[in-house]
Amino acid sequence: MLTNGHLVWLILFAPLLAAGAIMLGTRRLPRVSAALSIGAVVLGFALSLKLFVAVLQGQAVVAPSVVWLDLAGWQLVWAATVDRLSALMLLVVTGVGATIHVYSLGYMRGDAGFARFFGCLSLFMFSMLGIVLAANFIQMFIFWELVGVSSYLLIGFWFERPSAAEAGKKAFIVNRIGDFGFLLGILLVGSVAGTFNFAELAARWPTLGLSAGTLALAAGLIFCGAVGKSAQFPLHVWLPDAMEGPTPVSALIHAATMVAAGVYMLCRVAWLLAASPEIMQLIAWTGGVTALMAASIAITQRDIKRILAYSTLSQLGYMVMAVGLGATTEAMFHLTTHAFFKALLFLGAGSVIIALHHEQDIFKMGGLAKKMPVTFATFLIGTLALGGIWPLAGFYSKDAILLAEMDVNRPLLVLSLITAGLTGFYMARALIVAFLGKARDAKAAGHAHESPLVVTLPLVLLAVMAVIAGWHEEIPHFLKPDFHEHDHGAGVLLGFLAIPLAGFALAWLLYGRGAIDDVKLRRALGPLYTLLENKFYVDEFYLFLVNSVQGGLAAVCEGFDFVFVRGLSIGSAAGLTRLAGWCVRQLQGGYLRFYLLFTILGIAAVLIWVGR
Amino acid sequence: MMHVGLIHYLAVSGALFALGLACIVLRRNALLVFMGLEMNLNAANLALVAFSRYGGHADGQVLATFIIAIAAAEVAIGLAIIVALFRQRSTVVTDLLRSLRG
Amino acid sequence: MTAYDAIFWFFSLALLLCGVLVLISPNAVASGLYLVLSFFFLAGLYVLLQAFFLALIQVLVYAGAIMVLFLFVVMLLDFQESRRWWHGNLLGLVGAPLAVAALATALLPVLKQSGALAAIPEQWFEGTLENVMTPVFTRYLLPVEIIALILLAATIGVVVLGRKEKQP
Repeated sequence: MLTNGHLVWLILFAPLLAAGAIMLGTRRLPRVSAALSIGAVVLGFALSLKLFVAVLQGQAVVAPSVVWLDLAGWQLVWAATVDRLSALMLLVVTGVGATIHVYSLGYMRGDAGFARFFGCLSLFMFSMLGIVLAANFIQMFIFWELVGVSSYLLIGFWFERPSAAEAGKKAFIVNRIGDFGFLLGILLVGSVAGTFNFAELAARWPTLGLSAGTLALAAGLIFCGAVGKSAQFPLHVWLPDAMEGPTPVSALIHAATMVAAGVYMLCRVAWLLAASPEIMQLIAWTGGVTALMAASIAITQRDIKRILAYSTLSQLGYMVMAVGLGATTEAMFHLTTHAFFKALLFLGAGSVIIALHHEQDIFKMGGLAKKMPVTFATFLIGTLALGGIWPLAGFYSKDAILLAEMDVNRPLLVLSLITAGLTGFYMARALIVAFLGKARDAKAAGHAHESPLVVTLPLVLLAVMAVIAGWHEEIPHFLKPDFHEHDHGAGVLLGFLAIPLAGFALAWLLYGRGAIDDVKLRRALGPLYTLLENKFYVDEFYLFLVNSVQGGLAAVCEGFDFVFVRGLSIGSAAGLTRLAGWCVRQLQGGYLRFYLLFTILGIAAVLIWVGR
Repeated sequence: MMHVGLIHYLAVSGALFALGLACIVLRRNALLVFMGLEMNLNAANLALVAFSRYGGHADGQVLATFIIAIAAAEVAIGLAIIVALFRQRSTVVTDLLRSLRG
Repeated sequence: MTAYDAIFWFFSLALLLCGVLVLISPNAVASGLYLVLSFFFLAGLYVLLQAFFLALIQVLVYAGAIMVLFLFVVMLLDFQESRRWWHGNLLGLVGAPLAVAALATALLPVLKQSGALAAIPEQWFEGTLENVMTPVFTRYLLPVEIIALILLAATIGVVVLGRKEKQP
């Protein structure tokens, strides 16, 4: 009899089986591969729905666990956590994943690596579900790394393109910095508390009586992992480059799920972070600064996917900020709604990109609204949702965060409100420039036509979710039954609504009516615009840092190596070794009779030594 | 002159063993190396039989019987290897077969 | 000096002489024939030790079967060494006596310590067929079976080795 507990493992391992079958068996058969992959994720979605209902009804779901390592003093158990948090996350991951899998059928049609793409996608689903279900830090870290690997594989999916290969490498290396801190944090927590299990840790952590320094160190190191995976400042540089991957990958991994894994992890270990108020402050400010910085960069970008990438950074900043303010429920709420509308926006962008034969510059688009009505309508919904316009999902979740902020941290609130205005502006800019007006580049945008049903259907489904996901604040109530929003009256809400609307209006003035010329604006803003266009020169700074520090260090090492290693120690050691080698080599002269002679002498030596 | 005893047999056995050893170490022909090996085995057999006779046990002679049986197997295999070797390399001079040289 | 002693000395010296001739004859066929001869003398020593069964086996199996096989291969290959065995063989000429000396150093103390050389036997062992074979088929049955398997394996091995390699 399969209980809900068994189903948990089925959800996790079905994509792995699909990935294995595709990679080992059906790589030559694109249709079979796609069917396997989609089948696995749809099965996962159906079972997640069943689990979700079970959790909603208050049933306890206990997945069978296996003792994995049994060492003196502590055990590592391979187990699954099924609570409200992970049930919701499962639903988001498999649901968004399923629509994107279907969408990929259309987007990747005819690609030489079609089967490989679905194999990697399934591998990613497996890893992501593993993070969601992890019951202890070790399990989470393993899947954390697996997610990194599959992300690397998918960013560099078109590896024959040097920029894609470079982007994959960059994502992997930048993530490594964060993961290193994460691993240190895990080891610190494990060694202090004597267990890696989340449930046990949550109960034990406050009773350990640790010093404030240790608590801050542990929380800070764990936060490092989220900084890398969720692309927070200063490790945000990999995410925009990750847009080199196929668009479904950008939607699934680099917008909806994987980058949200950092936020999910922070919510999972909220008790650990809450133990250190200083780190909570750090987290909140990191999120706030990332949100503002990314939104301001997004204003100047021309590549539609990069605009969305910076907007993802910005929204992740909101979530991290919410975690830092202790509002984990609000963070998860925003994570969920964001997954829907950001996946929607990416898929819409992908639809445009196919129609325009891989043209991504919005200033070469224009006038697409009439040619691609479904894509336009859904993109509009996504834009409004992201901008936080009532009654779409983004309004509820973003306002939940802003309202929570209002009580505890006013300076951050100001930061967030500016960000919200910028968000409205850059999203409206992208929408207006790409879809309205006349076709700017007749060659690219002139011949565009609506995408096939397999592409538009996922768009419509996600659009529906982007509209209704926020209603009645069902999601936060599910996470936390006694959830109630910080109430500040309708005036405040209207104010929150006005700010993004102002952004929209400004964008309309600038780009829609053409009241202000883009070129003039650029001249007027001058250095500020250049600064933003070059993403605050963070990449350049890193390059300089790496070059100078690494170069200097290498020169010192070279000198040391020359004098001490190669000169003194190797010189003498090599001579001695060569001499000894010459002596021993005489034993291996290749003469059979001498081998025998030495064997006999050896036996005699042993006998003499034994018979002493 | 003292009467012949165990020590005489052992001395003959030792001398035969030494000759076998010399054959192995000095000769370059693989067949002669092999013959040296046979002499070693026979020297061991002589010692075993002598011990058996003077010790009053059957074990030594039983062991000698076994050694002869094993020697038969060993000779068959060894000669087959030498023949195969000769077919491959057209030589049985061990000094020319030096591919194992370090 | 008894007749027993005289016969012992004759057989021993003849045996060692044959051994030396094996070592020094330039012709492999001659070496093989000297080896056969030395095995006959060894069989004589076995008879002196009352090991009748073993003497019989020595002549029948060793001198008769194994050495014939040897000579057969020697003649089949018909191989002549181009150099005398002592030419350019300094390491061997030094090493062989050294190895013998080393082994002797190792073994002599063991023999002396065990007192085997000085003791007068309480009972002599008669190496008749019955005396030797009874333990073989009772106490040593398992080793006998294992040796039978080894012989079988050797037979198969020889068949495999002797096959002509197929051209790919």
